[in-house]
Amino acid sequence: MDIRDILVLVLMAGGVFFFAIGTLGLWRFPDVFSRAHASTKCDTLGCGLILLGLVLRMGISRASLELALIIGFIWITNATAAHLIGKAAYRNDYPMTPGTFKWNFQDKGE
Amino acid sequence: MTEFMLLVTIALVVLVFICLGRAVIGPTAVDRLLAINIIGTKTVAIITIISYVFGEQFFLDVALVYALISFLMTVTVAKYLDTGKLS
Repeated sequence: MDIRDILVLVLMAGGVFFFAIGTLGLWRFPDVFSRAHASTKCDTLGCGLILLGLVLRMGISRASLELALIIGFIWITNATAAHLIGKAAYRNDYPMTPGTFKWNFQDKGE
Repeated sequence: MTEFMLLVTIALVVLVFICLGRAVIGPTAVDRLLAINIIGTKTVAIITIISYVFGEQFFLDVALVYALISFLMTVTVAKYLDTGKLS
């Protein structure tokens, strides 16, 4: 068991850790917007670390190039999807946790 | 190393079922959409790990197409929840 195997093990364990953190946040947070915050961490760090560990395991080959393509695609699209979900929730007045207020952009420009 | 990767796969499947609980009980539609989005990402990770364990090269193409379809589903449902129509 050389240094590369240990690095792969640490990376994939970190990926599972971030997936578990995202799932815990999805269960414990009080409203839609904070749940979207937790789920974005889950997408970016969890899937990124697991696929990075697989890239390190496979070395330089066609499969690792394809894995890097999947990482880049997921990093772009999941941020976009979370932004669209948050916009849909904000525009349709989804309930927020008590104590939050919506900023009124029309009154700001004096 | 193969046993560790199978252990990671089992942990991810357990987390998928926990997310499915949020998708079932979620109070609003956006909660369900978030849960299904996370399930799609976890499925991509599971497919790539299975591709390494079994040594099958073409599962990576399956994972890429799955990520594409998951993104398309999320964008479509978010647009429907936002504006109320799809065109």
